[in-house]
Amino acid sequence: MTLAKVKEETDMNTVYDTAVDSRTQEMNSIKQTSNAIFQAKDFNLWYGNNHALQDINLDFNENEISAIIGPSGCGKSTFIKSLNRMVELVPIVRTEGDIVYRDQSIFDKSSTVENLRTKVGMVFQKPNPFPKSIYDNVAYGARVHGIRNKKVLDQVVEKSLKGAAIWEEVKDRLNDNAYGLSGGQQQRICIARALAIEPDVILMDEPTSALDPISTTKVEDLMHELKKDYSIIIVTHNMQQAARISDRTAFFYQGYVVEYDKTNVIFDKPKDQRTEDYVSGRFG
Amino acid sequence: MSEYNIREMIDKKKGKSGNAAIEKAVPIILLIITLVSVLTTIGILVTLLTETVMFFTRVSPIEFLTSTEWSAFSSDPQWGIFALIMGTLKITAIAIVFAVPVGLGAAIYLSEYASDRIRRLVKPVLEILAGIPTVVYGFFALTFVTPLIRGIWPEVNLFNAISPGLVVGVMIIPMIASLSEDAMSAVPNSMREGALGLGSTRLEMVLKVVLPAAVSGIMASIVLAVSRAIGETMIVSIAAGSTPNGSLNLMESLQTMTGFIVQVASGDATYGTDTYFSLYAVGMTLFVFTLLMNIIAQWFSRKFREEY
Repeated sequence: MTLAKVKEETDMNTVYDTAVDSRTQEMNSIKQTSNAIFQAKDFNLWYGNNHALQDINLDFNENEISAIIGPSGCGKSTFIKSLNRMVELVPIVRTEGDIVYRDQSIFDKSSTVENLRTKVGMVFQKPNPFPKSIYDNVAYGARVHGIRNKKVLDQVVEKSLKGAAIWEEVKDRLNDNAYGLSGGQQQRICIARALAIEPDVILMDEPTSALDPISTTKVEDLMHELKKDYSIIIVTHNMQQAARISDRTAFFYQGYVVEYDKTNVIFDKPKDQRTEDYVSGRFG
Repeated sequence: MSEYNIREMIDKKKGKSGNAAIEKAVPIILLIITLVSVLTTIGILVTLLTETVMFFTRVSPIEFLTSTEWSAFSSDPQWGIFALIMGTLKITAIAIVFAVPVGLGAAIYLSEYASDRIRRLVKPVLEILAGIPTVVYGFFALTFVTPLIRGIWPEVNLFNAISPGLVVGVMIIPMIASLSEDAMSAVPNSMREGALGLGSTRLEMVLKVVLPAAVSGIMASIVLAVSRAIGETMIVSIAAGSTPNGSLNLMESLQTMTGFIVQVASGDATYGTDTYFSLYAVGMTLFVFTLLMNIIAQWFSRKFREEY
């Protein structure tokens, strides 16, 4: 990196930091839509003393793909992990504000975190199948939640693998270890595993960052298919991916939501200078 | 300021003779060192075998394997190894039944539930437990555990299987706990996240994902612990007595294979007698037992291995 570039970036950061307060107000004024499945309300999160998410206000719609983009360390992964409370696995996490899932706070004591996670499935950055057979991987969720009937399980496994567009590739080797599959296949097994318990929302945390281009295309096509039946929230490092697949896009920067709008608006006519700089590849 | 010419310095060093000679000599020296350990093992095995054969020219192998009585020091000696094997098995069984649940429980707690602070505090304590000399465990069994047991069941003999069995169990708990904890900690966190992300509770995650993924390491730790229990000598010599018998009674005095070897080796038999040679036959049996354990362990971890 040249010195001039470094200077340019430093300057940009200063500009962004001072613009933060006015932006928060803009965000609060975004119109509330009626079919929101997830609503973040003044949500704040700290890792120890590090204020990682600041005053997040976002609504995600049903049967849409919502993308979250932003440079490394902007808090986008932290945010998506807050939605199913996986972020609380880090012992030093503290939160303020609220996240509402279908009119109920996810922090409400009347419902368990396990209950939330059966409705809000997650696909992770690195494919993480269990070291079991393909069949046992997909059947895991159903089994944990008490389904033992072999016929039912067979049906769940077939339906989920078909849903994840990988049935044809694995139907003759269901008893093989899932680790024998390629990375792209493993990721689709993980999607099938999430589909098997019929969730309402699927969270995807950079699901294609460890995959080759062909596998990435397959997973993206799959997301389009899944949109009919599920609401999808995806974190991606890849701006082209967000532009290709999502209906709405939120741009995160340094723990704030800078801009959230229809994807074509974010990419073609962003209101905020920082969004434009990021989506046009000037930094990040 | 004088300039160093790095290239020249490297060339000078490279040009030195002697480097090549060292490079050639090192593998040969290492080979010799390796051979020392291999040859020692072979030497022990050969001695064990020849002396065992010597014993079987004096005592029939059929009697050795089928008789149920072992009395090496009587005027009419009996050579039924079964009585000693039974002693070893009783001690090992008590130890394992006690140590596996406790050790595994501790491993699960440390790996999956304990905070970093507690783990950092408890693990060294476990390792200290593993460092206590077995002779200390031995008199601990005889002077503390046995009176305690006899306080509850007065019919228990001063020398019995329960007390040394439990204490051997205590001795192997750190090994099971520590090695199983290592195996479970080695399971990648991404798998735990996968399980929790599907709405499993922590316990379901441990039982259905972490334990199965760590099973080969856990089995290895248990088998190692069993081998140690079979080979344990000091505790049983001190607290189990020296009365070989093939009964299943846990309350009376018994003798294990290792206990017998200690008794003979510490001077109760003169060179060249049947009793002297029986030492090797018993040693051989002990060796076969631990070898079997190793084979079972390998079979187990291959069969149940979950690769990731």
